[in-house]
Amino acid sequence: MKPDALLYPAPKGLYCEIGDFYIDPVQPVDRALITHGHSDHARSGHGQVLATRETLDIMRIRYGEGFCGTSQAVALGETITVNGVEVRFHPAGHVLGSAQISVMAKGTRIVVSGDYKRRRDPTCLAFEPVPCDVFITEATFGLPVFHHPDDRAEMQKLLTSLKQFPERTHVVGAYALGKAQRVIALLREQGYDEPIYIHGALQKLCDYYRSEGIDLGEIRPATLAADDKQDFAGTVVIGPPAAFADRWARRFVDPLAIFASGWMMIRQRAKQRGVELPLVISDHCDWPELTRTIREIGTSQVWVTHGREEALVRWCELEGIAARPLHLVGYDDEGE
Amino acid sequence: MKAFAELLDRLVLTPQRNAKIRLLADYFVTAPDPDRGYALAAIAGTLSLATVKPAMIRDLLLERMDEVLFRYSYDYVGDLAETVSLVWEPPEGVVPDDIPLGDAIETLQTTGRANVRSIVRDMLDRLDTSARFAFLKLVTGGLRIGVSAKLAKQALAEMGSKDVTEIETLWHGLAPPYLPLFQWLAGEADRPVLSTPAVFHSVMLATPVGEGDLDGLDPKDFAAEWKWDGIRVQLANIGGTRRLYSRSGDEISSAFPDVLEAADFSGVIDGELLVGGTARTNRATRTFSDLQQRLNRKTVSHKMLDEYPAFIRAYDVLFSGETDVRAEDFLARRAMLGDLVERASPQHFDLSPLVPFSSWEELDQLRSEPPDPVIEGIMLKRLDSPYTAGRAKGPWFKWKRAAYNVDAVLMYAQRGHGKRSSYYSDFTFGVWTEIDGMETLVPVGKAYFGFTDAELEILDRFVRDNTTERFGPVRAVRAEPDFGFVLEVAFEGLNRSTRHKSGVAMRFPRIARLRQDKLPHEADRLATLQAMIESKS
Repeated sequence: MKPDALLYPAPKGLYCEIGDFYIDPVQPVDRALITHGHSDHARSGHGQVLATRETLDIMRIRYGEGFCGTSQAVALGETITVNGVEVRFHPAGHVLGSAQISVMAKGTRIVVSGDYKRRRDPTCLAFEPVPCDVFITEATFGLPVFHHPDDRAEMQKLLTSLKQFPERTHVVGAYALGKAQRVIALLREQGYDEPIYIHGALQKLCDYYRSEGIDLGEIRPATLAADDKQDFAGTVVIGPPAAFADRWARRFVDPLAIFASGWMMIRQRAKQRGVELPLVISDHCDWPELTRTIREIGTSQVWVTHGREEALVRWCELEGIAARPLHLVGYDDEGE
Repeated sequence: MKAFAELLDRLVLTPQRNAKIRLLADYFVTAPDPDRGYALAAIAGTLSLATVKPAMIRDLLLERMDEVLFRYSYDYVGDLAETVSLVWEPPEGVVPDDIPLGDAIETLQTTGRANVRSIVRDMLDRLDTSARFAFLKLVTGGLRIGVSAKLAKQALAEMGSKDVTEIETLWHGLAPPYLPLFQWLAGEADRPVLSTPAVFHSVMLATPVGEGDLDGLDPKDFAAEWKWDGIRVQLANIGGTRRLYSRSGDEISSAFPDVLEAADFSGVIDGELLVGGTARTNRATRTFSDLQQRLNRKTVSHKMLDEYPAFIRAYDVLFSGETDVRAEDFLARRAMLGDLVERASPQHFDLSPLVPFSSWEELDQLRSEPPDPVIEGIMLKRLDSPYTAGRAKGPWFKWKRAAYNVDAVLMYAQRGHGKRSSYYSDFTFGVWTEIDGMETLVPVGKAYFGFTDAELEILDRFVRDNTTERFGPVRAVRAEPDFGFVLEVAFEGLNRSTRHKSGVAMRFPRIARLRQDKLPHEADRLATLQAMIESKS
């Protein structure tokens, strides 16, 4: 069958008419398949939700027990059938529990990658290439300028700064789900074994990662026992990026602003945000990873969901691969 | 090049002066020779390197990249060197290593025009992203990292636990890659001995007169001079070599050929560089705005020389002929200086006149109502003081005239850095003017100090509670005739500006007081500021 008949963009998100389900819908629907727990992909208020167990747990943590009507945990690699459509989840390497969703009917297979990355991440399973007729990819960093460096070298920058400025509080902005835990795990891998302080918004998710067997070392809440700012001198404090522009950050002595994000590749981005030490750590593919993945899967068609669609579509054209942008709305372009 | 590139990346994003100095000093300690010397030269602006045109870099890139993809990338990043550094992909099999900075520079300096293209391509292939950026900025001559030569010298002083005046004194006698300098700073060699004459000598600085500073001092022990609103310079002519330096030791000779040409005496003098006529030619001294027309130029046109003639109002002498006279007292030096100026070109040199006074009260009166608009206060110099480098308290005082004040309305606020990263602490303020029949606020300046911590809390709260629009880290706040925040702004002077919409630019603005007792419509008008400029010229 024609791929457009199997899956197409509708106002509420990618829709499979035969199976009567949406993938990562941006508005409440009767039946939703969710790739991962980031809030622009996993929203509350759907009737039935199918996702990996971890993604369902994360949604429960973020939205509470009543986040949907009914939920069904799908194991990776398990084939389930929804109204005659064969559905399978495969690891996406983005954050804990993240999955690509493969949708197949009448011999046509479409893989919706969700958000994904190709490099090693100690906090989640690695991306698994799945052969398909249409590969639906994100393009958050879909410009040739994005070449994310080795994350170990990025963490070394932070460790060097801690030695160079031992009197300052090293405040790291990192998204609460995935990035924060990955930064902590990477720091531990680099041998940093001091306690790491976290913003309250990170507590439940860090607890959850640990309950899933991910070693984050000693974590303490970044709250003041007494009114003594010196407590945080020379420490690493991790919080959601917005928190550091907020009054919350005033509890720290001479904060050195750090931001862990793929956007930090661009100097002006760092400068605008007042970041002193940018760490290029991304949970998305950079340009070489995107193009390598498309080549590796060997698909004949690529659909691009969100991000810098035009450059990736152009690259596909040059490679002789049919490609088109889906112009989906509602996904956070700045999402990291 | 990697270490240098990392240093640049950090410096660009580090706002605090002390943190910059530490980053620089740490680099100078750890980087090998001659890399650190070339890095110093690149930062201090003393590196001579034939530059490569941006068009060539673009061509090199398009040899191997799709033009459409390049355009998308360039549009997104906005800076050519950064775009190229990011999108550049070495050919299959070439793994980036590192080219020492010194090697890269020496290679470029010895490469003929014909080979530049292939050398640059080869280097881009061998460097990693961040080093490529540093390299491209170096070869295209666009290294702007917010670090002055002065700051670099401060870092050198820190590295070798020396006084910065020692570095400044040596600076112009040395050249990249500064091997003897670093050996001395690292304690491996003696202080370099200079062969080049006419080097810069650190200047003697004054301390401001503070509350009670003059109590118990006898006016008879001091001479007073007007403090002119120009720039402090040192003019040297030793053994036929003539140089003009700013007070921090930056050479500015090329911008003032008229003054240098007229300096046909032998020695080193200290004075104020001004534009206009000398007292000896009986013509008026012109404003700092006029002097600015002559500053920061590599070459000067005849028209500029005619319209903005420069001269030096001399106030001290360090070397008379080749004799160091800095140990002589003020009066003895002044006598020598008087002789020297007397014989020099009347159009280009005059002697800073002494201001007679008999009591501090009288001097205070003179300070507040100076006889010339280009005077910004009084200098006080002890008659028995030798000329000593640096800012010791006692021998020289400066006593400025009162600052100017206006009431302005807070319009925009930007988040600060470091300690202030969670505060809106950079404030743009405006005054009223009529545009198309409407009362409108036009921005006239920006200030980020002058307030106490408690006042900052109040301002920050106002900004957060009254934001009307956000542009990245900047917020626009409510500023209406009957609702807003009035600030009393103090500043040292006003210049005309073509860059600001209001047409005026403030010098050294700061927040003097929060005027919560006033409503925005009571704030000052642009016409008031314009009149202040008019009265000066």
